[in-house]
Amino acid sequence: MIRILFNNTVRFVVLVAMQVFLFKNIGYYNLITPYPYIFFLLLLPIGIPNLGLYLIAFLTGLTVDAFYDTLGVNAAASVMLVLTRIAFLRITLEAENHDKYATPMLGEVSLKWFLPYLLLTCFMHHLTLYILATFTFRQFHYTLFSTVFSCIFTVLIMLVFSLLMFRRKKR
Amino acid sequence: MKNIWILLTKYNDVFLFILFFGIAVWLVINNNDFQRASTLNSSNALIGKIYAESSRLTDYMKLDEANQELLAENAALRISLDKVLRRDTSTLQTVLDSLGNPRYAYISARVTNNSLRQKNNYITIDKGSADGIRKGMGVISPSGIVGIVLNVSPHFATIQSLLHSDSRISAALQESQAFGSLIWGDNYDSKKAILRDIPNHVEVRRGEAVVTSGYSLFPPGIQIGEVIATTEVGGESFKDISITLSTDFYNLQYVYVVVDNFVAEQQELEANTQPND
Repeated sequence: MIRILFNNTVRFVVLVAMQVFLFKNIGYYNLITPYPYIFFLLLLPIGIPNLGLYLIAFLTGLTVDAFYDTLGVNAAASVMLVLTRIAFLRITLEAENHDKYATPMLGEVSLKWFLPYLLLTCFMHHLTLYILATFTFRQFHYTLFSTVFSCIFTVLIMLVFSLLMFRRKKR
Repeated sequence: MKNIWILLTKYNDVFLFILFFGIAVWLVINNNDFQRASTLNSSNALIGKIYAESSRLTDYMKLDEANQELLAENAALRISLDKVLRRDTSTLQTVLDSLGNPRYAYISARVTNNSLRQKNNYITIDKGSADGIRKGMGVISPSGIVGIVLNVSPHFATIQSLLHSDSRISAALQESQAFGSLIWGDNYDSKKAILRDIPNHVEVRRGEAVVTSGYSLFPPGIQIGEVIATTEVGGESFKDISITLSTDFYNLQYVYVVVDNFVAEQQELEANTQPND
């Protein structure tokens, strides 16, 4: 239990720090930007009460927002991500028996489950984020373009992360 | 009552979503307003500190370019100083008012955080209200204009960069002196901007310099960029001009905040004038 808490705290600090110092400066103009800090929210243990999940997501989003000067945008997107996560887990994991507080990570789950999980949650997060950031439905094709390609970028980065973590676990 | 409770617990994910999403969107809408200050941004003391520390590291890598730029500026200043000192006294009054008070003062500051890749970009600098910086002041760099001060804390300030969808700056074409407003708009390239509301009859030359008009926060004649293309739309009375910005937002390290000593007086006078028009 302590280990899970510790792991998640480390993930939070590392991912948010990487987000605001590294990934903020990476991208193709401002059309494609990765937001891999959401990996922290996706790897939160299964079985946390919903209120807890929403609170963690909201506060994580606010932390990132504070660095991006976009108060509320990342918070709203993270909350949307948690809703998608809850729905996805409910639909896919209900039949299976899963340990309490297991981390949904490669090694624990198969890639066949993990990839759609990343893609769907990431897409909903980015869509919310870009719509709120532009705050208009004008030139919606730009928003959609940014969403889709940033989503691919983010998912690729998250896959790299999970491969790195996967190996360490096996050893 | 019991049924409502059952409904709430059964679909608690949806209700919690509505609650938290509502709060977040409310924050976005409230924070969108230019006039409203908020505490949770990069001019906040803690986050300002973190950014200042991290930029201390990265600035080291860019020292060379910063030095080059400062040297170039020094050279330019030396030339203009020479001009002023040797000039005939009757043409000396450009920046002084009739009593000899300078109209503009400059506060130099170091950039501690900068963004280029957002739809709306912000810059943080390491000077704040304790150094005399106020909300709404203009900010320039050695090579061009940078933006407008948005939020101020005692030791830091956030600037709404020129690369922001709400930024509008009064700019003029150097040769014809026709003026319009400069926007970044729906653009996504940090090196380009659009000059709007220039009447169609004005002749625009490719490569013509665009400078500040002096009607707003910035002193007149500060370089903004160069014309690269014009679009003349038939039947419209105004044309849009694309320009390249002279400010290099990639390597922005030192900026000057423009203090307009007479801004309060000018605004008061204009506020008194307008109702009678």
